[in-house]
Amino acid sequence: MTEKNRHVAFICSKGNLDMAYPALIMGWAALGNGIDVTLFFTFWGLDIINKKRQPQLKIAPVANTSMKMDMMGIPTGNLGIPQAMGIIPGMTSFATTLMKKKMVDLEVPPVGEYLEMLSDAGANLYACKMSVDMMGLTMDDFVDGVKSIVTASDFMDLTEGAQIVFI
Amino acid sequence: MSVLGTIERNQEGFLVNPNDWNKDIAAAIAVEEGVGNLTADHWKIIEFCRESAVNSGVAPTLRQITKGAGVPTKELFTLFPKGPAKKVAKISGLGKPEGCV
Repeated sequence: MTEKNRHVAFICSKGNLDMAYPALIMGWAALGNGIDVTLFFTFWGLDIINKKRQPQLKIAPVANTSMKMDMMGIPTGNLGIPQAMGIIPGMTSFATTLMKKKMVDLEVPPVGEYLEMLSDAGANLYACKMSVDMMGLTMDDFVDGVKSIVTASDFMDLTEGAQIVFI
Repeated sequence: MSVLGTIERNQEGFLVNPNDWNKDIAAAIAVEEGVGNLTADHWKIIEFCRESAVNSGVAPTLRQITKGAGVPTKELFTLFPKGPAKKVAKISGLGKPEGCV
């Protein structure tokens, strides 16, 4: 076969817990189907591979109109969480715990374990040079499996012909 | 593959009748899928999948395989290169795995 293998590259730019999962889930599915996978972590997305930040990824109810009260087990239909309630200290942790519990129930692994699975399955993980410099980070700050810190231009070279998904 | 000639498979190569499955058919599909000759390590995974399907009715997902059969992710992807999800299920005579993880 001279044909080039399909390659999907995910740009992970967000550091919220709910925004960490799409690339992990789709990347894992792609690897399972024999597709090459690259993940490029930039800006807040660096939190996903930052050893200190990764266990602290959170989801905030503030300004999240999809978060309804009935997700907390209160049968209130489509009523959203009042924004004023969202700013009460502890609400973000509460929402995060709730989401993590739902993930556990579905046998979805935590972010750290998921990244390990992806890396073991052959995914290429890179950190964005500009964001790394801006946040004063080094390779030592990142979890195992991150290959290197690359520039935007390097990323373009590394993903030539790939399908790009921006998250 | 002569052994595969007589059995019915769907467009993607999955067995239409799970009862058609036997070890020779598994070996023939493995060769067709580029997995090569099946070793004891392969069989450990295939047997786990078949057992798991007896209980659940569906092919296990990759994480269910690594957790359940105690096979590290790296090894699973080495034993069944280029996309173990469908390959393992196909060789095990099961349908496509349901579930995303």
